[in-house]
Amino acid sequence: MTVVLNQLFTGISIGAVLLLIALGLSLTFGQMGVINMAHGEFIMAGAYTVYVLQQVITGAGWSLLIALPVAFAIAGLMGVLLEFLLIRRLYARPLDTLLVTWGVALILQQVARDVFGAPNVQTRAPEFLTGSVTLFGDLVISSSRLFILALSLVAVAALTVVLKTTSLGRRIRAVVQNRDLAAVSGLATGRVDRLTFFIGSGLAGIAGVALTLIGPIGPTMGTNIIVNAFLVVVVGGIGQLKGTVIVAFVLGILQSMVEYTTTVSVASVIVFVAIVAFLQWRPQGLFTLRTRSLA
Amino acid sequence: MSGLSVRDLRVVFDGFVAVGGVDLDVPAGDVRFIIGPNGAGKTTLIDAVTGLAKATGSVTFEGQELLGRKVHKIARLGVGRTFQTATVFEELTVLQNLDIAAGWARGPLTLLRTRKGVPPEVEKALETVRLTGVRDKPAGTLAHGQKQWLEIGMLLVQNAQLFLLDEPVAGMSHDERDATGELLGQLSKDHTVVVIEHDMDFLRRFARTVTVMHAGKILSEGTVAQVQADPKVQEVYLGHPVEA
Repeated sequence: MTVVLNQLFTGISIGAVLLLIALGLSLTFGQMGVINMAHGEFIMAGAYTVYVLQQVITGAGWSLLIALPVAFAIAGLMGVLLEFLLIRRLYARPLDTLLVTWGVALILQQVARDVFGAPNVQTRAPEFLTGSVTLFGDLVISSSRLFILALSLVAVAALTVVLKTTSLGRRIRAVVQNRDLAAVSGLATGRVDRLTFFIGSGLAGIAGVALTLIGPIGPTMGTNIIVNAFLVVVVGGIGQLKGTVIVAFVLGILQSMVEYTTTVSVASVIVFVAIVAFLQWRPQGLFTLRTRSLA
Repeated sequence: MSGLSVRDLRVVFDGFVAVGGVDLDVPAGDVRFIIGPNGAGKTTLIDAVTGLAKATGSVTFEGQELLGRKVHKIARLGVGRTFQTATVFEELTVLQNLDIAAGWARGPLTLLRTRKGVPPEVEKALETVRLTGVRDKPAGTLAHGQKQWLEIGMLLVQNAQLFLLDEPVAGMSHDERDATGELLGQLSKDHTVVVIEHDMDFLRRFARTVTVMHAGKILSEGTVAQVQADPKVQEVYLGHPVEA
């Protein structure tokens, strides 16, 4: 029983990481239909933000907490810049967007190599996240994993509130549903696009901060996770936040359960096969919604 | 008040001339119907006025040049339109649809605020278009006629002065048509109304003036009786010369 619980929690924590890296993408790719290959590099920017802040701020705990809003702003501004300079001009051309943003991703990786060096860098985890918590007698959970789980849930809740109840969220949904109608209703659709992109990219920065707690920080970290992030959004159903949430946790648990009985690589293969099989059965993903520019 | 004024408007799509040099004056307070066979350029004309289609020439409303402005800037000058098929934000509720249309004037700092009550102008628009009872339903679940009324409600709260309505009564029942026609009459007291419509019965009852378009040009203009008596119109629009 303990083993099952342990694997279950490991799965949930893998799911939480998947959710964090996919959440921003569920806005920019899911809602707006933009394939942004540089999204992973925004995650990388968030991770390096922690590294840089720790050079200045000695307390690991403070630097991590300050890094959250700073990384959100930095990644968000990178996103806005990318949207304004390039993506805006390519809205009806998904394939070109993919190639152009991939190029941007390569440039950003090289910039990271030139500034921080090619080898991975280390950050210090704050003390309150280095230990572990024991639940139900013998279920040991690492504090950093618990922190990431909480962070991902808070991020989902915040995004849901913004999308469902605020005027900004209404505008985002209105522009996604019908761009022409939104414009003739007096909405500055370009500005709504940029705001959406800011939030989506900013969430990538938050994910980057979280990733410093569990893995190395390096120039290629974005490339390694971007595919998984797209997978989660596609399987969850384009434009559906709840789909993204459910799929992230299901994939995480599946990965950890299979991993326990086999090996990491075999588990990855099985998860990918499961995804392919699922998309054969439901090509539109778990939930569906019409979006523009992805016919 | 000077209404809508269109001068030498041309819209060309990939070499195809959709609108080829249209001059049109709709004085403030008019209820102008634009009719014409399919492909005459009626909807494209509205697209050009609202900035959705690129055009050359000149379009002014209340003395302000519209061509060359962004779509949302034109909307904010008081130009409102509906689309040929009832087009609303289907996944948003009726109230949220109206909020979008009413809220463009809101500053960026209010964007993260949640709703506090329904503004009186939105309440009034809900009454006018008879949707108060379904205001929390997703707009996609409304009946076809209700969607068309929601479109008009959105134009009301958007503070549009010029209503460009693309087939507003298509698919409506007789009662709904009558109600819509009466609403248009009321609106014309302080708005300028332009209607594209195929329904001749509706046109005879509610149009004040009529413009007939054919092949991207204005064919005839005048009162309903004048236009109906015009042999050019009878030939082109009805497809055959009318027997004397």
